[in-house]
Amino acid sequence: MDLNELLEIAEKERQRAASVRIRCCTAAGCASSGAEEIKDRLEQSIKDAGLDNTVEVCSVGCMKFCGRGPLVEIDIPGVLYQQVSGDQVEAIVDALKQNKAAESGATPLDREHPFFTLQQPIVLENSGKINPERIEEYIAVGGYQNLYHVIHDMSPDEVVDEVTRSGLRGRGGGGYPTGLKWATVAKMPEGQKYVICNADEGDPGAFMDRSVLESDPHRIIEGMAIAAYAIGANHGYIYVRAEYPLAIKRLETAIKQAKRLGLMGSQIFDSPFDFKIDIRVGAGAFVCGEETALMQSIEGGRGNPRPRPPYPAQSGLWHSPTLINNVETFANIPAIVREGADWFASIGTEKSKGTKVFALTGKIRNTGLIEVPMGIALREIVEKMGGGVPRGEVKAVQTGGPSGGCIPAHLFDTPVEYDSLIQLGTMMGSGGMIVMDTETSMVDVAQFYMEFCRGESCGKCIPCRAGTVQMYQMLTKILRGEATLIDLEQLERVCGMVKATSLCGLGQTAPNPVLSTLRYFREEYLELLKDSPKAQGVASR
Amino acid sequence: MPSAQVNNRDRAPSAGSKAGSKAGSNAHPSGDKRFKVLDITMKRNQHRQDALIEVLHKAQEIFGYLEEDVLLYVARQLKLPLSKVYGVATFYHLFSLKPSGAHTCVVCLGTACYVKGASSLLEALKNQVGIEPGETTDNGQMSVMTARCIGACGLAPAAVYDGKVMGNQTAESVLDNIKGWLD
Amino acid sequence: MSVKTLTIDGVPIAIEEGTTVLEAARQNGVHIPTLCHLEGISDVGACRLCLVEINGSPKLQPACVTEVAEGMNIRTNTETLQDYRRTIVELLFAEGNHVCAVCVANGHCELQDLAIEVGMDHSRLPYRFPEREIDVSHDRFGIDHNRCVLCTRCVRVCDEIEGAHVWDVAYRGAALKVVTGLNQPWGAVDACTSCGKCVDACPTGAIFRKGSTVAEMERDRDRLEFIVNARKDHQWTR
Repeated sequence: MDLNELLEIAEKERQRAASVRIRCCTAAGCASSGAEEIKDRLEQSIKDAGLDNTVEVCSVGCMKFCGRGPLVEIDIPGVLYQQVSGDQVEAIVDALKQNKAAESGATPLDREHPFFTLQQPIVLENSGKINPERIEEYIAVGGYQNLYHVIHDMSPDEVVDEVTRSGLRGRGGGGYPTGLKWATVAKMPEGQKYVICNADEGDPGAFMDRSVLESDPHRIIEGMAIAAYAIGANHGYIYVRAEYPLAIKRLETAIKQAKRLGLMGSQIFDSPFDFKIDIRVGAGAFVCGEETALMQSIEGGRGNPRPRPPYPAQSGLWHSPTLINNVETFANIPAIVREGADWFASIGTEKSKGTKVFALTGKIRNTGLIEVPMGIALREIVEKMGGGVPRGEVKAVQTGGPSGGCIPAHLFDTPVEYDSLIQLGTMMGSGGMIVMDTETSMVDVAQFYMEFCRGESCGKCIPCRAGTVQMYQMLTKILRGEATLIDLEQLERVCGMVKATSLCGLGQTAPNPVLSTLRYFREEYLELLKDSPKAQGVASR
Repeated sequence: MPSAQVNNRDRAPSAGSKAGSKAGSNAHPSGDKRFKVLDITMKRNQHRQDALIEVLHKAQEIFGYLEEDVLLYVARQLKLPLSKVYGVATFYHLFSLKPSGAHTCVVCLGTACYVKGASSLLEALKNQVGIEPGETTDNGQMSVMTARCIGACGLAPAAVYDGKVMGNQTAESVLDNIKGWLD
Repeated sequence: MSVKTLTIDGVPIAIEEGTTVLEAARQNGVHIPTLCHLEGISDVGACRLCLVEINGSPKLQPACVTEVAEGMNIRTNTETLQDYRRTIVELLFAEGNHVCAVCVANGHCELQDLAIEVGMDHSRLPYRFPEREIDVSHDRFGIDHNRCVLCTRCVRVCDEIEGAHVWDVAYRGAALKVVTGLNQPWGAVDACTSCGKCVDACPTGAIFRKGSTVAEMERDRDRLEFIVNARKDHQWTR
């Protein structure tokens, strides 16, 4: 495979595509509301109407407005239908026949809604546009050209430098500078090195990575290959959770196709660069999202984290230097290579560059996937894009999953960036954004997350194993109205201790949901206390 | 992951017979053909010890759950200590050491589902079926399980019925979807 | 081999590169409490009792797996650390069923010693009274899971020194449990060589010799170190 052959595939694909395409979202969200059936019926109707020469029905990845699935888009004259049902199919095809797509009886979504207009797709640029199961469509939008460019026109050091200058930070939650991570692994002595894509998206309420994998799997492969070239690795693993069967299937397909075209394997693009990727399927353990636990799991063991240092960059998988990045981080790489570090660094804020994908869910009108520039105010997301809560008032937004916290409504003008969120006592996390209204009890939410951490603790270190149980019991006691102020103090003390002494990120952040709700919604805790301290005038300290 | 275990018994022999001649003396003494299917997976992984989790995934798919005999066989074939195999099998949620029911209903308890009332779905199931999450009915017809998050948050609350994800569930729709499962 | 200079609790010391903070402290007469650490086997950094404060590190570091570095300023016994250690010991006591008065290891128990050291005479956290089993199926030994602190010393000693790997950890979180074989009765596990190293490694009365009664269980901890080093040092008697 050389560049000409790649461009030829792209050209052929552009010519092959029919003049009108009906795109059906078949990612997991829409699939569970019957997208496959809609797609089949559309195909049949198009055939019956004799339109199959000019109209093509294709299956694409996530179209973002997950709460209104199944979604169907017709690119001419540009209509996105929501909640399409089987009996609307004929009307859609009829209208298309008469070139009046808007009057088909199916409900179109307003494309000018802020939900769409405030988005700035980089990671999701191909999502919902191309068929994730056909490598040709990815190539037709410029795919794998970045890998070619990197291999032939850049030295590994230049690639690392480009990523460093872009200012990209890890999208898995911690926000560690990606370039620095790459540089550390690249500087390790030559020899066996590994690249791992962490696709063990375990935060409840987060499905960004799943959508990327289901909608644009080749992007991840290309991103990983570029990383491998930069750090001198020849073997990669994608660790994906078993709960995402469609993502696994599409990744498998993508890897097979890339191998077939020589974009994976030995001597890629007629260069000395070899690279292959294996998929490892998780088996239901949240803690495996922690990088040292993830590596234990790839090695076939229990997902127990180990103390760091040594960091994976120094001694990782089978004691070899290992680069671990999250799905979304890798998905940014091809765009950074294509458009350049300066372009990427011009998006976002000073310390948080680029965009972030969020899964907007909970008590909100418009649920779905959004990709927004860093620095956007929470209020823009919740009120404009999300359209506010369906009933009552919005109370808080939870970010960062079981490691994060709740941001109260009065702080919604805070810009969304790594450091500002940490200052609020929460974190960016992988991108779950759950909106809560005034009906939601914050103590209840804290208990929910503590139950989660208690169940997901691997049990290796004492503070996390036994501390989460104790904190859960204290929260239960408070919720039952059996606790006193002494219990509340005890709870805070144990929170601090577990945070400071736990071995891995799971334990170190497990108290965060409690601490953040205590910080902003302390009165909800106090109201539940047996000795009603509110009446005794100690409502706040 | 709920998998269609019921049909695997029928499928196993045909797939197993292909490798039959090669399995040789290492074959499982019971003559149960399903072990031969497992052998293929282990061979494909060159009996590498780090393939333990893949092998257990396959074993669970073939046998429906990881009975002691299967764990013993896997340990012997991969030359791993029994306690290590047991430790790994019990660490991961998706591995089950007990048989599950003919039908499974998984209620998602992710945050989005939780905020939107997933606990009422569970309550309805408990009242109707009379078992706790993680349990199977006495007649082996149905298991109720919970999931940490199935990633269908846009459709919260969601539940999975025999592998099929359904969104926007209510207590009524849950009972509707499991109709006939208990007989 | 190069030498690093650092201070531990204000005392300047010089020590070989590659030494752990724990080792450096012990060589210089500074005591840091430990539980999952055992001479002769690998360290896992799990019990968190040996956490120390190191200047410039935002997080506490486990002394058992942290290597010394030039210019480190280490504090091993601050008030904060004392409080954390006491809470860890409380969590352990609350998690199992530890009744010293009727335990074979009474007076020879590392958990008991720790409680005395951190000044814990009762737990501020509620006791959980879990239901746990006792397995006395082995001819010579038994395990009382009520007294197990899940330090995994038995697991490591059996794997790394005896090479039998009879023990491992099963389940997770609050359900964590050390198991023999496929969670079979210990006596039914063929791989066990009855060497008794796990008995010597256990810090509490969880793994015991049959026939010992209250406060009778003394262990030969030095035996393990001796076995580990015998071949290396060419000294087979002690």
